[in-house]
Amino acid sequence: MFSANKSPQSWGRYPQVEASRVIPVFWRDELPNLAELELPVLPHGYGRSYGDSCLNESGILLDMSHLTRFLSFDVDKGLLRCEAGVTLADILELIVPHGWFLTVTPGTKFASVGGAIANDVHGKNHHRAGAFGCHVTCFELLRSDGQRLICSPEENADLFRATIGGLGLTGVILWAEIRLRPIRSPLIDMERIRFASLREFIDIAAASEQDFEYTVAWVDCLASGKQLGRGFFTRGNHAEQKNSDIIKKKKPLVIPLDFPSWILNMWTIKAFNTTNYSLQRKNSVQKTVLYDPFFYPLDAIHKWNRMYGKRGFFQYQCIVPYDDGYDAMKELLERISRSGQGSFLSVLKTFGDRSSPGMLSFPRPGLELALDFANQGNKTLELLEDLDEVVRQSGGVVYPAKDARMSPESFQTYFPHWREFTQYIDSKFSSSFWRRVTAATVGELEELPVKRL
Amino acid sequence: MAYEAAKCFARDGADLFLVGRSAEKLTTVADDLKVRGAKRAETYVLDLCELDRHQEMFEQAIASLGELDMLLIAHGTLGDQHKSEQSVAETMQELQTNCLSVIALLTISANYFEQQRHGCIAVVSSVAGDRGRKSNYVYGTAKAAVSAFLQGLRNRLSSAGVSVVTIKPGYVATPMTAHLKKGLLTASPQSVGYGIYEAMKKGKDVVYLPWFWRPIMFIIKCIPERIFKRLSL
Repeated sequence: MFSANKSPQSWGRYPQVEASRVIPVFWRDELPNLAELELPVLPHGYGRSYGDSCLNESGILLDMSHLTRFLSFDVDKGLLRCEAGVTLADILELIVPHGWFLTVTPGTKFASVGGAIANDVHGKNHHRAGAFGCHVTCFELLRSDGQRLICSPEENADLFRATIGGLGLTGVILWAEIRLRPIRSPLIDMERIRFASLREFIDIAAASEQDFEYTVAWVDCLASGKQLGRGFFTRGNHAEQKNSDIIKKKKPLVIPLDFPSWILNMWTIKAFNTTNYSLQRKNSVQKTVLYDPFFYPLDAIHKWNRMYGKRGFFQYQCIVPYDDGYDAMKELLERISRSGQGSFLSVLKTFGDRSSPGMLSFPRPGLELALDFANQGNKTLELLEDLDEVVRQSGGVVYPAKDARMSPESFQTYFPHWREFTQYIDSKFSSSFWRRVTAATVGELEELPVKRL
Repeated sequence: MAYEAAKCFARDGADLFLVGRSAEKLTTVADDLKVRGAKRAETYVLDLCELDRHQEMFEQAIASLGELDMLLIAHGTLGDQHKSEQSVAETMQELQTNCLSVIALLTISANYFEQQRHGCIAVVSSVAGDRGRKSNYVYGTAKAAVSAFLQGLRNRLSSAGVSVVTIKPGYVATPMTAHLKKGLLTASPQSVGYGIYEAMKKGKDVVYLPWFWRPIMFIIKCIPERIFKRLSL
């Protein structure tokens, strides 16, 4: 939620642009007449996308954060229907006591359901469950011509596929229905294994996918030479036992103000990474934890994005296909390590081949790397462009939900179907991201091909 | 605000009877509250400005729930002060919505709860009723009257074991205040809703939500009138 008199930001706090107007939406049947609005519109939830895909410079944002009601919950079948502004945290609070869990959850529970669909988010179980969109059974989409369409794999199937991963450009998702997965307890049995190299990571990942629903790794992105690609591999499963009361919930911390930019520099981060790597003496540690610290460790620190200071930060998240995945990933890690940029939040993960219905979805089989870079201006932008070069050549992809800077050429290489997608865009909708990667300005919008529905 | 409080009661598995002007909105909210754990969520479409229909609605509520343990009155409008200054009709309408309709409903329900000899009546008044200010004194007048009425009612019903709770929220981010600028003092409807729930469960007398409005309003009430009349608050 944000105040009406302040233009909302994205999570990376870059770029800092202003919408000309923010319209709060309180009821599903009381949206403004979109066709009559003078500027392009974009639905906005809680601003948990990192770049500019949730921003609409000089346009109108529809604040969806007040649409937080549930429509129905079939406790026997695990089907939940809720409004688009409901957060994943709200859902978990409701469903976990009934023995259900989100089939796919991203690394924050403060995202909205509408945003999870529009970005087709994924989680630590991509190798098993695919992306969020795989478990969306249907949703209602409001188009600017006033049509309210129920979209599902059977009904308005094209629009269903376009809207999943469609970055909010196909209309307003009013409510959605998702399929949940059963659990026996809110606990996770997890194991943390040390690995010394990228090759070791790939081997452990391959050996874990069969028996572990959740896998992810932290990598020390500043290590170089022989230590390149060292880190920790975390794997886990929903626990079978029930006694969760033994584990106390911790209160979240809040970062109360912007850190000065010098606090996070190469040396402090290197020190953190080395300490973090050396702290676990044993090669492998097993424990049972509540689902919260396992899935959402960063949610425990509210407003952690302030650690990167006023200038904000970039997150670079890419997948390189398995074929020459090792070489491409090694090249990426080398380039990052050489640059001395990069941060402590670096993640490696293997993606499976379960494809999402989403036309413009990011997830695909391969090796995924995600890491943060404090915004240091051109120096950072040049490094990220360097990384793009490797990802482009490998036939990989960069995640729009995290992006604030990729070039139109990169985007169009990563998403060759983007032109096919444009026919499903609602002519009244646009975003800063979309104008950037299609190199269109607000005035040129009308020229994009629009399919009449 | 009332919805957020109702969410808390729903989690406890309460039986609810919701009254409002729009059938669609009531259904939307009732469905939500049922998902959240309410055993029942009945709805009744009524504009509370129609005073002569209160009795019928109240009887319907008793008939459908069996008996009433708690009543929360939380409707209201934040009218345009300037319009009210120019129009008697506008001013009367404001008083009708924010004051007379509340007092009418309280009159009926007070007798019910007095006879039942237990229960809780809570009403959303406002810090605006603590002192008249030029920026919203029509709204403030209505809320002041409600607060005074509740004071008397609390006095009357205390021997019957019925608690009467006056809720005085400050600025809350709701559809009613969507057009206003939001500042540091603006509270979320979630936190205020939970405060209402807590106050009703504990049978409090007068609660400021959030709590810091109590000292703020204390200071504002202490300012001598000859100074206050020159201020723009």
